[in-house]
Amino acid sequence: MSSETTYREAMREAIRTAMQEDERVFLAGEDVGRYGGSYAVSMGLLEEFGPERIVDTPLCESGFTGAGIGAAMNGMRPIIEIMTVNFSLLALDQIMNNAATLQHMSAGQINVPIVIRMATGAGKQLAAQHSHSLEGWYAHIPGLKVLTPATVQDAHDMIGLALADPDPVLIFENALLYNAKGTLDITLKPLPIGKAKVEKEGKDITILAYGINLFKALEAAETLEKEGIDAEVIDLRSLRPLDDETIMASVKKTHRVMIVDEGWKSGSISAEIMARINEQAFYELDAPMGRVCTMEVPIPYARHLEEAALPNPAKIVAMAHKVMEDA
Amino acid sequence: MTKEEIKTTIKETIYEIAPELEGEEIPEDDNIQRSLEIDSYDFLNLLTELNDKLGVEVPESDYAKVDTVANMADYFAEHMQ
Amino acid sequence: MSIFKMPSLGADMESGRLMEWKVKEGDRVKKDQVIAEVETSKGVIEIEVFEDGVVDKILVKPGTETPVGAPLALIRTEKENSEDLLKELEALQGTALKEETPASETPEEASAPEEKMEEEAERRIRVTPVARKRARELGVDLEKLASTIKRKIGLRDVEAAAAKAAQPAKPDGMRQAIAKAMSRSNAEIPHYYLSTSINMTPALSWLEAENSKRSIKERILPAALVIRAVVKALQAVPELNGFWKDDALQVSDAIHPGIAIALRKGGLITPALIDAQEKNLDETMAAFRDLITRTRSGKLRGSEMTKQTIVITNLGDLGVERVYGVIYPPQVALVGLGRIVDAPWVEGDALAIRKVMQATLAGDHRATDGRTGALFLDKLNQLLQKPEELL
Repeated sequence: MSSETTYREAMREAIRTAMQEDERVFLAGEDVGRYGGSYAVSMGLLEEFGPERIVDTPLCESGFTGAGIGAAMNGMRPIIEIMTVNFSLLALDQIMNNAATLQHMSAGQINVPIVIRMATGAGKQLAAQHSHSLEGWYAHIPGLKVLTPATVQDAHDMIGLALADPDPVLIFENALLYNAKGTLDITLKPLPIGKAKVEKEGKDITILAYGINLFKALEAAETLEKEGIDAEVIDLRSLRPLDDETIMASVKKTHRVMIVDEGWKSGSISAEIMARINEQAFYELDAPMGRVCTMEVPIPYARHLEEAALPNPAKIVAMAHKVMEDA
Repeated sequence: MTKEEIKTTIKETIYEIAPELEGEEIPEDDNIQRSLEIDSYDFLNLLTELNDKLGVEVPESDYAKVDTVANMADYFAEHMQ
Repeated sequence: MSIFKMPSLGADMESGRLMEWKVKEGDRVKKDQVIAEVETSKGVIEIEVFEDGVVDKILVKPGTETPVGAPLALIRTEKENSEDLLKELEALQGTALKEETPASETPEEASAPEEKMEEEAERRIRVTPVARKRARELGVDLEKLASTIKRKIGLRDVEAAAAKAAQPAKPDGMRQAIAKAMSRSNAEIPHYYLSTSINMTPALSWLEAENSKRSIKERILPAALVIRAVVKALQAVPELNGFWKDDALQVSDAIHPGIAIALRKGGLITPALIDAQEKNLDETMAAFRDLITRTRSGKLRGSEMTKQTIVITNLGDLGVERVYGVIYPPQVALVGLGRIVDAPWVEGDALAIRKVMQATLAGDHRATDGRTGALFLDKLNQLLQKPEELL
């Protein structure tokens, strides 16, 4: 029962279904009600579920995220929407010091089943305060789960997975993906949190990516295919926990790895993945690992500079060549 | 020593003398020299080694009686008593 | 004083890998002492030094592939210092060495060539982690691989090397060496062939009686008896034992017959049975036995690879009745021995069945005439009729 839809609509459909099935679920955030959401994910939901469950909040990330945490501690299933990951830093204290820690600090008595969604990534000329990719930072924090849906199917499925999880789950939605079209099958059993997915099988080099970079990697893989390089492209899906098993299995197959990460290189999730491959699969490597990350600058406003700063298929192809030739 | 044990000893000794046969089956009823490309020098070495191991000395006049592994085992079994 | 060079262990050897030094710098060595092992296409060969002296400098590290004629070590008589040698070495290696080796009186300071070599040898081999792991699994020698692959060694290199090694062993180098020598022989040497039937019954009966008196370890193989007979025949007809060099026959006093020995994995080597003229039958058998053992285990000496004065080929074990051989230049003859078969034989005016062997002589017509060859075969026949005299 699959249908063609957009990332945005798939997500809205998942929220709607969750709210219909479980009255504990509610959505809160800036402009989620009357405006329909900054990226129009919640368009029409206010009319359907009313202002008690679709809650427009003041411009105060710390306040409404904290309210969501409190609601979760008391048995509700809140979905908190933060406009962009840059603004989530205002709620970082709540996320890190409360949501991530309370189960531990209460000796397991208190769970915080909150879902926090936020837009991430650059590419819309929104400049350095609205364009960063900080999901790798959040993946540093024990107690959180960090999901990065890339496909329409995952945009839908991860809402349900996150709500079903008893602990705080952060969903990072790349802002450029909301309009992306894809196939959704609501009858499919969702792939669990913590499992990566091999999107394209290959034998020569493994390209690890998440979010929007999955599509750039797949495009690069097509180019490489024409040159006779058979790339395996893996959608990480979850940055915390990372699916070590799938990553290492692929490394054992191809012996060459590169990572595409929209975060900056220094202290990034790509650095963490490299470290794990080094720890767990060093003797499988046939070349130094490579990675394509965002240039280490605040994301520029000017279009050509912004494009130059971000990973793209040409850069991925070039890095793949380097990893392949380094023998 | 049973005849089977003698056969095993003979085969082990052939492997020692012609290490390249390692892993190959040694036929019991074929002429040792012809089927295994063992020359007269190797054959003398084989009998010398077996003399050390089993204490039986095969005179040249009896070479015809020890032409296969099976015959050789019979011969040794008979002379070891 | 001399420079000890990579010897040519066969007409077409181009290079060898120095496997092991049996001596170290400062050791005294005696003429004919084995001082190193060299791996060639014919296996590992022990090489000897040609004069008494002291090992002054070792110039090549174990594992190094070295062309024929390249310096391996400096050997000096005890009184000499190494200055003259270094001069000669410079001449051999070109001028590059000179810049690095300031003229010096003391051997200690004259170590530049060695240092340079060490630097080369100790250059770390770059192997990717998975290639290293796979090499261990497949038994691929990375050091060896690194001598042919100068860039970093990857998984593909290791697997290619293993695949190559897994192919049936083809002694390509040896095949090619034989091919070259035999082509040259057939192109240059006008061969003549003579053959005669020899009644081996007296020799074999005598040998059987002799062997029945001996323990199994002291038994003599017919091949040893025939070698002994060939050597004695050559003493009577020395013109077949020697070399064709500079358009003249050089007869050799010493008889070093090359004995054709088949290798188990294919290929044939004809190492010399050194100074066979000095050996009685028992010593000939012992030397023959030793030679086969060492040939098949790859432990021949350099002199055994180079000193042959004639070749004896016995293909009798394979059932061949007549052997028409090709002379290995610069030798001038080859003796071929066939299978001993039961054959009708006229004795007096009766027909009998006897053990009969065909002995064949291939001769270089530039060096000798058919008459010389005929004399040799006749002598060989006579000797084998009185085997007790061969003891």
